[in-house]
Amino acid sequence: MKKLTALLLTIAMVVSLSACGQTDSASASASASAQEASGETKTVKAGFICLHDENSTYDLNFINAAKEACEAMGVEYLIKTNIPEGQECYDAACELADQGCNFIFADSFGHEDFMIQAAKEFPEVQFAHATGTKAHTAGLNNFHNAFAAIYEGRYLAGIVAGMKLNEMIDNGTITADQAKMGYVGAFPYAEVVSGYTSYFLGARSVCPSATMSVVFTMSWYDETAEKESAKKLISDGCVLISQHADSMGAPTACEQAGVPNVSYNGSTASVAPNTFLVSSKINWVPYFTYAMGCVASGSAIDTDWTGTIATDSVQLTELGSAAAEGTEEAVNAAKEQFAAGTLHVFDTATFTVNGETVSSYMANVDDDPNFEGDHEAIVDGYFNESGAGFRSAPFFDLQIDGISTEN
Amino acid sequence: MNQNKKEPLFRITKRTDIPPHKSWIIRGVAIVIALLVCAIITTLLTKANPIEVYSSIITGAFGTTRKTWITLQNLSILLLISLALTPAFRMRFWNIGGEGQILMGGLATAACMKFLPGVVPNGLLILIMLLAGIIAGGIWGLIPGVLKAKWNTNETLSTLMMNYIATQIVAAFILYWSGKQSSGKIGVINPDDNLGWLPKIGGIAQLLPVIIAIIITIVSYIYYNYTKQGYEIAVVGESDRTAKYVGMNVKKVIIRTMFISGALCGLVGFLLVGGVNHTVTTTIAGGQGFTAVMVSWLAKFNPFAMIFSSFLIIFMGQGAGEIATAMGLDSSISDILTGIILFFVIACEFFISYKVTFKNNKKEEA
Repeated sequence: MKKLTALLLTIAMVVSLSACGQTDSASASASASAQEASGETKTVKAGFICLHDENSTYDLNFINAAKEACEAMGVEYLIKTNIPEGQECYDAACELADQGCNFIFADSFGHEDFMIQAAKEFPEVQFAHATGTKAHTAGLNNFHNAFAAIYEGRYLAGIVAGMKLNEMIDNGTITADQAKMGYVGAFPYAEVVSGYTSYFLGARSVCPSATMSVVFTMSWYDETAEKESAKKLISDGCVLISQHADSMGAPTACEQAGVPNVSYNGSTASVAPNTFLVSSKINWVPYFTYAMGCVASGSAIDTDWTGTIATDSVQLTELGSAAAEGTEEAVNAAKEQFAAGTLHVFDTATFTVNGETVSSYMANVDDDPNFEGDHEAIVDGYFNESGAGFRSAPFFDLQIDGISTEN
Repeated sequence: MNQNKKEPLFRITKRTDIPPHKSWIIRGVAIVIALLVCAIITTLLTKANPIEVYSSIITGAFGTTRKTWITLQNLSILLLISLALTPAFRMRFWNIGGEGQILMGGLATAACMKFLPGVVPNGLLILIMLLAGIIAGGIWGLIPGVLKAKWNTNETLSTLMMNYIATQIVAAFILYWSGKQSSGKIGVINPDDNLGWLPKIGGIAQLLPVIIAIIITIVSYIYYNYTKQGYEIAVVGESDRTAKYVGMNVKKVIIRTMFISGALCGLVGFLLVGGVNHTVTTTIAGGQGFTAVMVSWLAKFNPFAMIFSSFLIIFMGQGAGEIATAMGLDSSISDILTGIILFFVIACEFFISYKVTFKNNKKEEA
């Protein structure tokens, strides 16, 4: 017994010592320089890091886009799923780099710091990260952030909600004063605030008497809390619910109560066939195509890339059966105005803060730990969310009139 | 006993003197059968070649130098948690609060990393982090220990419940530190100057936990077998009346042992925050506080045997990710395989402890 354990310990030590002997970073950099010397276009090998697997709608959206973009471009790719927002992300990124990937992408907000760590270690590899905020201040030329002007998609989804409210008012189901919507948010974080405000402004653009009540669950994924929050909002008199959290909690509660629901990240018609109105989502194919194209041609990837309706990065799903008549037309009209540049979601003429029009606002773009503003965000009469020269991740965090927040 | 009665089909008798080599043969046979069953199930479920699945599990754990180091690091962490729970288990004190003790140790470490740089030099900072982690984890273990010693409360319940308290305390601090407009994450602490980050020995970040695990394994073995305190733990575990009769202070032994158990979990929290993740989250222990219970039991509380039981679990876990990436399978397949292997390993303990005798031909089951 003792002999056996001693023997196995020795083996363990030998294994660990022999592991010290090798270094594979040298071979990785050698192959990279060989590629550079070979010609103009580099062969792209892509690696994708996902927080969960296909069972999460959030990650499924990325996985499908990654496969579609890579297959269209003939790019070899690896997908690592179920990578937590910790050191595992750094390890996964390094392993992908070891395996010869020269474009590595991570999909979750909490992956960012670990991607930066890996980017410092592999300067020849391009790292990209969705929803992150630090690329423009990290000072690395191989680390990039990307997002989409999803607030425009939310605005369009808000129009769908507003049309539904109008239908309810016209039917006499509710009075104009009762046009109160409920919103289940994750955290009082800028991305969420920007999302629900743009959604609300969209709804109010067609239903002027609309108001909204927001509840935070303080978690990105908590099915029970999301369901309970939706139920609470419904019992408080909300006649239409939307959410920014990743579970099916809120759509399920709406289906049970027969309350219309506007979703996010993809259709939830499967769990709420009678109450699903529409969902806005980000299509990541255009970004992957763009970024991998840059890697192939050797040109620089934008530090912050913001997809729009024009790049087909911002999409609406098919309308649900519960949507009001004339919704399609109203949405298309707004889309055309976005394309023409005549409509801005955060037009300062359409909202007030504490009863006053906002003419100047210092937004916290550089991720200040004390949430102090550093950039003037009001440009040409509108809040320039995710605009050029700022960052791709949303930073609109004003508490506008008409929206009440709880807890 | 009753000669006239019909003899049952088989009889189960307790073994008292099974030689160690025989018990290891039984275990080996169990693992071989488990691997065969795994192969059959893999082929049936996924149509994939089982040899290919096994080889990608091995690649996942040892395919590159980096993978080998990560496997060794994860092995060391799980082994350390198992070693941390073991003193309590040897005393028949069911400490299933490893998760919470790790979290509290990690939280204390993170607090030092966040607020002490600039106040003290880096070397001293790391020393303070270590002490803070050990003490915080120790206190979290001490509380159920004191409750048990003074009022004989059920330690299974109290240690379990303290996990949830610890999770909520960590969640509250993360929210407090990250500010009310945040997304509920504090991110990497000191990313630029790396203050409070544990040193990379020989340039390898994963080496430190490995060294600490080796040291603690050896020290544990010595502690249980060659020290007075280790003997006291064994006696209290056998019978606290015997312990009282021979004049041991049972309460003192319980409280001291639970402090050691919690402190070692706190040490793991220190390693996870200072050396591995460089941040603290509510999921930093990742359920390993519970996995370690099984690791410790499978090894019969023997520190050296724990190397194997924790290796088995980590090896299969590392393989899971590789199977998912390389073969496009869901990573759940590895969980299924781990489950099958554990089932056989646990089941074979029955045949080590008991002897099955059949009616006519006396046959031994392995």
